[in-house]
Amino acid sequence: MTFFGLHFQDIVFYTLAIILLFAALSVITTRNPVYAALYLVLAFFTAAGIWLLLEAEFLAIALVLVYVGAVMVLFLFVVMMLDINLDKLREGFWNALPIALPIGGLMAVEMVMIVGVRNFGADKVLEPAAHPADYSNTAELGRVLYTDYLLAFELASVVLLVAIVAAIALTLRDRKESKFIDPAMQVSVKKSDRIRILKMDAVVEENAETLSNVAENAKEGK
Amino acid sequence: MEWLANLFGSYWPAVALTGWTLIKIVAIVAPLMGAIAYLTLAERKVIGYMQVRIGPNRVGYFGLLQPLADGIKLLFKEIVLPTASNKTLFLLGPVLAIAPAFAAWAVIPFDMNMVLADLDAGLIYILAMTSVAVYGVIIAGWASNSKYAFLGSLRSAAQIVSYEIAMGFALVGVLMCANSLNLGKIVMGQVGGFWHWYFLPLFPLFIVYFISAVAETNRAPFDVAEGESEIVAGFHVEYSGMAFAVFFLAEYANIILVSTLAALMFLGGWLSPLPFIQDSFLWLLVKVGFLLFLFLWFRATFPRYRYDQIMRLGWKVFIPITIVWIVFIGGMMQTPWARFFH
Repeated sequence: MTFFGLHFQDIVFYTLAIILLFAALSVITTRNPVYAALYLVLAFFTAAGIWLLLEAEFLAIALVLVYVGAVMVLFLFVVMMLDINLDKLREGFWNALPIALPIGGLMAVEMVMIVGVRNFGADKVLEPAAHPADYSNTAELGRVLYTDYLLAFELASVVLLVAIVAAIALTLRDRKESKFIDPAMQVSVKKSDRIRILKMDAVVEENAETLSNVAENAKEGK
Repeated sequence: MEWLANLFGSYWPAVALTGWTLIKIVAIVAPLMGAIAYLTLAERKVIGYMQVRIGPNRVGYFGLLQPLADGIKLLFKEIVLPTASNKTLFLLGPVLAIAPAFAAWAVIPFDMNMVLADLDAGLIYILAMTSVAVYGVIIAGWASNSKYAFLGSLRSAAQIVSYEIAMGFALVGVLMCANSLNLGKIVMGQVGGFWHWYFLPLFPLFIVYFISAVAETNRAPFDVAEGESEIVAGFHVEYSGMAFAVFFLAEYANIILVSTLAALMFLGGWLSPLPFIQDSFLWLLVKVGFLLFLFLWFRATFPRYRYDQIMRLGWKVFIPITIVWIVFIGGMMQTPWARFFH
């Protein structure tokens, strides 16, 4: 099925690609850091859409789940709480430009050399065959991860684990002024810890008479 | 039909598919809106009777038209835009809150083969959608440019991100038992009477999932994001009229969603409790209704948690419990008793 000579997939792809490029450019050009973070969220969403076109639904949803649902939430959290002075950030722009421009150019050239048309052109990479309807990208990915690439996968997870432990070890400090409450102590509190019951002899009040006078006066409304 | 097909010519299959899908979406969303409306009434009635009051009884019999009256009132109210707010994001907030709450329903199966999108990665699709819902709250709180709203949104964001982990791990247990991420296949894995339902082998995960669900939806006793006594109404303090109502629609849509998920994954979905009784959509309704009643019951019973206690419960109690139980299930599946865990 074609619309004006374009396949439906092409239309979806170009729409998503335009939005993706716009969002990615906005991330670095917009002045407000909160807007930048939100544009990055949009970029992730459209990238997930392009992955869906590749029949990689697990990766697409995982991208939304991990990057949009967790990483960017924490990002926004921090960006919103920091009062970033943009003018100060832009101060060094012209000073850094002579060094930054060649480095940026070099990176661009490297990327074109590797992912350019010469290696990934339409004649080099064949169009992937469409899979049958019962093909499950999720199951396929799981099978490959836990058979062919088991060692690499497990190594990556160990690296991540080390990073988690290191991050906690670096930031965890025992703060002396913290009013930390131990819930186990709270729960195990007994009546005897808090209340002291005294035994006292019954004593007749000396001013019992005046008290009854007060009560009577109150009754009469004085 | 015939003239429609002629009108669109070669585009007819695509147009017909789009139209048919739209009809199916309306068939899901319209009853859902009704359920949301009457859940608010049920909440007021149930909590009323638990507190020895009557609850709303003026509009219609037993107050049955109360949700309609509330809806009309909110529709006609003015939406006030605070002067110092960020207008675009202020109006985007409610939209971002309600869109994922409804989008998640796309993969929910209501009966055998009665599902809008039979997605193989349905379970993580739902996890992704519920985790995206937090943006509505964060953006609303930030765009309001108000201290109370901002505090509320920060609390909510931290809470949702924390409980998502426990919730995700609880779902890992389910997919280990079912060997699938497809919600329909998860239900069909529980065929054969209530002793085959996953809430028995996964009992700790069921409890963790349901309590995390209460926390994810910012409901009492975990409703510090609203915390009337401390921060007025939290993230939606600056909202009025329909913009405010949209946040409430999203909250109740999420409550019904997590209850439906719990019914599908742990209580056998549309399957009947005894094998000789017929399976039906009505069973799903009964189970979801019971779980929704629990939500209301919690609200009428428990005092609000303190914020640090919420964090402790999520990180230091629920996550360790889920990890231990996942390892336990994994171990048991290698033993002769593995059939109890499938």
